[in-house]
Amino acid sequence: MTTAIEPGKGGLRAYLTAEVSNSPTQASLQRLYFGCRRFAENPLAMIGLGILVVLLLVAIFAPLIAPFPMNEQNLGRRLLPPSGAHWFGTDELGRDIFSRVVYGSRITLQITLLVASIAAPIGLLVGTVSGYFGGWTDTVLMRITDIFLSFPGLILALAFVAALGPGIRNAVIAIALTVWPPIARLARAETLTVRSSDYIAAIRAQGAPAWRIVVKHVMPMCLSSVIIRITLNMAGIILTAAALGFLGLGAQPPMPEWGAMLSTGRQYLLGSWFLAAAPGIAILVVSLGFNLFGDGLRDVLDPRDE
Amino acid sequence: MIEVENLVVRFGKGKAAMTAVDNVSFTVKTGEAFGLVGESGCGKTTILRCLAGLNQDWEGVIRIDGKQLTPKRERAFYKLAQIVFQDPYGSLHPRFTVNGTLMEPIKIHGLDRADERIDRVLKQVGLGPAFRFRYPHQLSGGQRQRVAIARALILEPKLMLLDEPTSALDVSVQAEILNLLTDIRDSTGLTFLLVSHDLSVVSHMCDRLAVMNHGQIYEELTVDDLVARRYREAYTRQLFEASLGYDKRLTTEQVKALDEAGA
Amino acid sequence: MIKPLLEVEDLNVTFRTPHRMVRAVRDISFTVGKEKVGIVGESGSGKSATGRAILKLTPGNGIVTAKRMQFEELDLANATEQDMLKVRGKRIGMILQDPKFSLDPVMRVGDQIAEALPPGLGRKEARERVLEVLQAVQIRNPERVYDLYPHECSGGMGQRVMIAMMLVPEPKLLIADEPTSALDVTVRMQVLAILDDLVSRRGLGLMFISHDLNLVATFCDRVLIMYAGRIVEECKASELRDAKHPYTQGLLASLPRIGERRKKLSTLVRDPAWAY
Repeated sequence: MTTAIEPGKGGLRAYLTAEVSNSPTQASLQRLYFGCRRFAENPLAMIGLGILVVLLLVAIFAPLIAPFPMNEQNLGRRLLPPSGAHWFGTDELGRDIFSRVVYGSRITLQITLLVASIAAPIGLLVGTVSGYFGGWTDTVLMRITDIFLSFPGLILALAFVAALGPGIRNAVIAIALTVWPPIARLARAETLTVRSSDYIAAIRAQGAPAWRIVVKHVMPMCLSSVIIRITLNMAGIILTAAALGFLGLGAQPPMPEWGAMLSTGRQYLLGSWFLAAAPGIAILVVSLGFNLFGDGLRDVLDPRDE
Repeated sequence: MIEVENLVVRFGKGKAAMTAVDNVSFTVKTGEAFGLVGESGCGKTTILRCLAGLNQDWEGVIRIDGKQLTPKRERAFYKLAQIVFQDPYGSLHPRFTVNGTLMEPIKIHGLDRADERIDRVLKQVGLGPAFRFRYPHQLSGGQRQRVAIARALILEPKLMLLDEPTSALDVSVQAEILNLLTDIRDSTGLTFLLVSHDLSVVSHMCDRLAVMNHGQIYEELTVDDLVARRYREAYTRQLFEASLGYDKRLTTEQVKALDEAGA
Repeated sequence: MIKPLLEVEDLNVTFRTPHRMVRAVRDISFTVGKEKVGIVGESGSGKSATGRAILKLTPGNGIVTAKRMQFEELDLANATEQDMLKVRGKRIGMILQDPKFSLDPVMRVGDQIAEALPPGLGRKEARERVLEVLQAVQIRNPERVYDLYPHECSGGMGQRVMIAMMLVPEPKLLIADEPTSALDVTVRMQVLAILDDLVSRRGLGLMFISHDLNLVATFCDRVLIMYAGRIVEECKASELRDAKHPYTQGLLASLPRIGERRKKLSTLVRDPAWAY
């Protein structure tokens, strides 16, 4: 039997950088460690990561950070410009914009994470199955994908929301339905190259059933590009969610969703620019954060560089 | 152990169809080491892939260990015959450790005593337990090929299909891998089917060989016959002479002969 | 003795990797005359790096230094990129392992060869010249081959086209890096015969880089054996069998040979001292 070296013995660093790993845990931890080190060498990616960490913290501690409750109206203090009391000013109902932006991060994060966790598995499954089995399966699945791809994402989302009814949950479903097809395409393309490799032939020659090959051997090879793709798509998801909110089809008032806030701000754009500027900048910064993070992730995960 | 009768493999359909294996028959006795020799595109690897169950589009009769095979195999078949590929860099899954790679066949076939089996095959191929949790990129070409051999051995097959197992390796590493295969054969009595373009490797490893060209077996002979130059086919002679090294006189003759044929 | 074509003194090639400096070639000196010089070694011995360094084709993370790399009147060690442009492909040709990667896939092979011709030739004249060189590399039907695209050529044909292309500017020295490893054995011999013929007839120098000891021993005039970036041995090809260095001896002994029925091949036990 193998004897596992305790992480404490010889220090954590020695454990992570050892030439020879002694257990599956150590082997995977080492991979993770070297991946993180490469990621950390990329300053832009670290900025992206920083933005996302801030977003996460803000979302978690929103009640502590926000100076006012998000829906507290004070009609006597309408449309005030930014000041010490109201950092980003107040809106048309006298609500503190800063607090609303802070609470809005929760909605944004929720939407992106939900969309990603619905769309990525669907895309991955459709793509790998289609690519691995080929033939009729491939034709049918890819034509369905083509149908979804033939509409612009936002229009498709609008159609779905119109059919399902406005609201944040339906917006998530609608966006997810527009996000999975490109991922399926990507996963299929990756699968086609992986499928013809010797290591897949080797596992086939050992009698592995097809589902096992797809799940255990093909999917891990597609996973990193799917993760990269979905991270880079996050910006698009945020923008689509904001657009739906802007059009009144996503989050409903009085929810402090950034797109909906932007939409109301539009009416006061000439007199009170800060109404639209604050959520607009928030959308911009978070989208940028996801993009920078995704780019960095690509540098670390992309198997082509190994 | 292997009986192949009138095997035909075609690739493509209609006009673009191409016959990769053209009516090939041969038999390999249990415990024998048999070589299939030929140049690239002669169909030798295709035959091996049909035997291993990787190519399911063939006609003819294949019997392994007395059982007639259908293009689709039952899971138990894969315990009978295992394949080792040419390129050790491409035949190991890059995201699996050695342990993961060896664990897969055990799980697929529901075998017990996994740790014991893995430790045993690693020892058998000359890799210590230290290699068990390494990823392929942490291994040299020779070590990877040892892992690939261990993967084939772990199911305790009766037949080993070897597809140019050393042609991607340096000569000194090739010698180590060939010696390892000799040891394995001595200790287990496995039947080998070795596909190679290299006559000297085949003559070192095998008892008998078949020379292939254009999808057909040109001739079948024993290694002793080959060594004594008792071949009938001009093509075998060409392969034989080429494997001895460069000979200006012979080659110029050949080129001239080709020129005349083309003129 | 006649002055050699190429004299290399203390050539070093070092590659920068994120973790450390890797010295691929270390202080090697050799000469190439109008002869076939084989450079043999295993992967990582520095043989390919040597060939590239002479043409200054070392990738960006590599550093090449040499006391002297005299090629005819020019010292390549101090040559500028401008000078090298006049040398590469014109006075020193290079043939790589796989012609598929060296030929332009969307251009007829004849036209590719024609590009190497001196400018100012008429269409007809250029075609004539191309057909001539195709014939020189024993292509039987040059008219037909002229109009082929690279993917329509077999491996042997592609490599002959490559050689033909290299020959057009009439170089003095050819560097061939594993030119026949991707070819089938029988075709390999033909390509070698063509190279052999060209060297003796045109008085070229040939640097033949290969991992195949047997081939080098039978094809070349002189052999340099490289190990870990050093030349460990230099001898006449015909005397390779009586090599002195334990590394060369070990390599030779590890080769399987037809008609030599040994139960086991002897394996190479590496001595760390060889690398110094």
